[in-house]
Amino acid sequence: MSSFAQKHKKLERNVTLLAVAAFAVVAVGGIVEIAPLFWIDNTIEKVEGMRPYTPLELAGRNIYMREGCYNCHSQMVRPFRDEVERYGHYSLAAESMYDHPFQWGSKRTGPDLARVGKRYSDEWHVQHLIDPRSVVPESIMPGYAFLAKRELKAGDMTAHLKAQRTVGVPYSDDDIAKANDDLFAQADPEADTADLLARYPKAQARDFDGNPAKLTEMDALVAYLQMLGTLVDFESAAPQEIER
Amino acid sequence: MTGLTMKAGIWLILAILAMLASALAVDSGFAVHMVIVALAALLAMMGTLRSADWGGIARGILRMPDEGHYDDDPVRWGVIATVFWGMAGFLAGLFIALQLAFPALNLGLEYTSFGRLRPLHTSAVIFAFGGNALIATSFYVVQRTCRARLAFPGLARFVFWGYQLFIVLAATGYLLGITEAREYAEPEWYVDLWLTIVWVAYLAVFVGTIVKRSEPHIYVANWFYLSFILTIAMLHIVNNLSMPVSLLGSKSYSAFAGVQDALTQWWYGHNAVGFFLTAGFLAMMYYFVPKQAERPIYSYRLSIIHFWSLIFLYIWAGPHHLHYTALPDWAQTLGMVFSVMLWMPSWGGMINGLMTLNGAWDKVRTDPIIRMMVMALAFYGMSTFEGPMLSIKSVNSLSHYTDWTIGHVHSGALGWNGMITFAAIYYLTPRLWNRNRLYSLRMVNWHFWLATIGIVFYASSMWVSGIMQGLMWREYGADGYLVYAFSDTVRAMFPMYVLRAFGGLLYLAGAVCMVINVWRTILGHLREEAPMSDAAFDPAKDRPITQKPAAVPAE
Repeated sequence: MSSFAQKHKKLERNVTLLAVAAFAVVAVGGIVEIAPLFWIDNTIEKVEGMRPYTPLELAGRNIYMREGCYNCHSQMVRPFRDEVERYGHYSLAAESMYDHPFQWGSKRTGPDLARVGKRYSDEWHVQHLIDPRSVVPESIMPGYAFLAKRELKAGDMTAHLKAQRTVGVPYSDDDIAKANDDLFAQADPEADTADLLARYPKAQARDFDGNPAKLTEMDALVAYLQMLGTLVDFESAAPQEIER
Repeated sequence: MTGLTMKAGIWLILAILAMLASALAVDSGFAVHMVIVALAALLAMMGTLRSADWGGIARGILRMPDEGHYDDDPVRWGVIATVFWGMAGFLAGLFIALQLAFPALNLGLEYTSFGRLRPLHTSAVIFAFGGNALIATSFYVVQRTCRARLAFPGLARFVFWGYQLFIVLAATGYLLGITEAREYAEPEWYVDLWLTIVWVAYLAVFVGTIVKRSEPHIYVANWFYLSFILTIAMLHIVNNLSMPVSLLGSKSYSAFAGVQDALTQWWYGHNAVGFFLTAGFLAMMYYFVPKQAERPIYSYRLSIIHFWSLIFLYIWAGPHHLHYTALPDWAQTLGMVFSVMLWMPSWGGMINGLMTLNGAWDKVRTDPIIRMMVMALAFYGMSTFEGPMLSIKSVNSLSHYTDWTIGHVHSGALGWNGMITFAAIYYLTPRLWNRNRLYSLRMVNWHFWLATIGIVFYASSMWVSGIMQGLMWREYGADGYLVYAFSDTVRAMFPMYVLRAFGGLLYLAGAVCMVINVWRTILGHLREEAPMSDAAFDPAKDRPITQKPAAVPAE
């Protein structure tokens, strides 16, 4: 028997040695691969326009996660000709820098949603979510009619924004203090939203679900879908890319 | 006795705390979960008190020489739990497969929509079916290979029941919409904390048993179990770091965001495959294949080399789930290179398993359990070749986001994990319940063929649907425009989705055979049946020749 098998006998007779060695061996890959992402600057290249989610968008995103939309929809456009043509500019790391957790997805049973914002009308989204096959006959998506009926109970948005700030999302004290008011104001056509829009540039404030009397889960989800991919202005970035 | 009262008191306090948390909960899902926790704590309290009245006395009087036997109660429960959760997981899988072909089956209810049931299916088969199989077999194997009883019997029972509570909380959570929305790590923060406690207890029981072993060497199966338990602990804790919104609510936000969150998640996700579904199941292979074949493991040195290289390389492979995404290119390339290298240690394990049958290959013909093991290893080899191939960036550009990935996962899960687990269950059941043999070997044979044909339907329909959809997405016409709308590709996949569901139905039918077989074996029934193989014997021909044929003259 070779000497290496003889040496290995030491590990085989001592569970502490075996456990420590095995743990050391499995720890290496993660340390070398993941840890640098936190300090290498060009992991996330800075782009203009990124901002944290408004409370209503965040509530909508939580509904998106609750219903498991990520099981069938990706939010990550790859840099291929067909994908860029089908979905828009390929996704940048910065575009999900405030996503706790990320929702890039791993399967496209339905199309990518990274840039679905402003592509369809609110009415289309509401109708599609209530009965997908009434607008896309080939669709195999489940219907979500209950979202339109159910009042949005997002909980205390102040607590949500505080938790987000703890993990690194730059909400201001003002944002946190006004979180619960912002939640209602964004979908209320009567509300004064100047302050909200100043703090959250490019936010869209209107009634989303066609029922201004009630703030529903549909309002929140459509508000989220309509902002996806709309924050970074690729029109202004495009000429620079061509020059290079 | 005071110790027992203490224990019961702790469970009672826990139940009261859970009821309080339920009353004060900020969302209804959390309230429901705390009621489940309270009920579980009350059941645990009743169990504790009952063991004081009956079990303890009975054990004291009737079963003194317990020390002379292995502690197999948790293993028996584990076998039953594995079969039960397996059926639940396969049923959920068949149902969501049918939903993709016939979307009306979503029933318009939030609780039965694909988005909530898909995590239920994946967690039920991976963590409930696979996890129970791993815990039960590890408790069985570690006792036999160490020639020692389980180190902490009470803790071992806590591990079993605690793990079932984790499964119930996770599964009901998905239906109620409580999720962290990260694949295979969906349970929320408090369920994660509970699993951490159970897992530490599991590690204590496993390592404790190795420490009190009577054999000088730690058998190779235990290296794999140990690395699986340790690595899952590391992955689970790091990947689930999150900030709860409220200590009385279910919602939390992941500690990481965007690209870092993505790589942490797939570092976890891929190694849930690597350590839960590979290292742990290789441990099963290293015990049950030699046992059933009655042959020693083919190569001791190969097992050393492939163990260390497998656990080292697997961890690096996560980024191949993120090819061409916003993850930095260096990480993607690193992930691809290591994934391709991973092919070698994977096949090292397959070769070591298959070559163990050297000199016993005839058993593949005569013993359906061995046949299952061989098929499991063959599928392991196939999917560990397909995996590295799919991780090559140019292949991945076509396969990613399509059903090809789903087919790949299922050839591994149904073929490798499923088959080796079924074989282990068939090996264990008669031994654990002191039966001479299984109720029926012929039913094992039926199970084998139903499952194998089911996998063939499943994998091939997913290859076709995945490659077809990938090609349709990138198809350009002579006019320079994309040819197909997304909806066209969905319509084209319908026949493949029906075939896939048919494959799943066959696989489920095979599992039903197993349920009947295991059930009746436990009851002690024996099916009257012709043996699977025997040398040919025809009494009518077993006679001397009385009429000599006339001699034919030679020409």
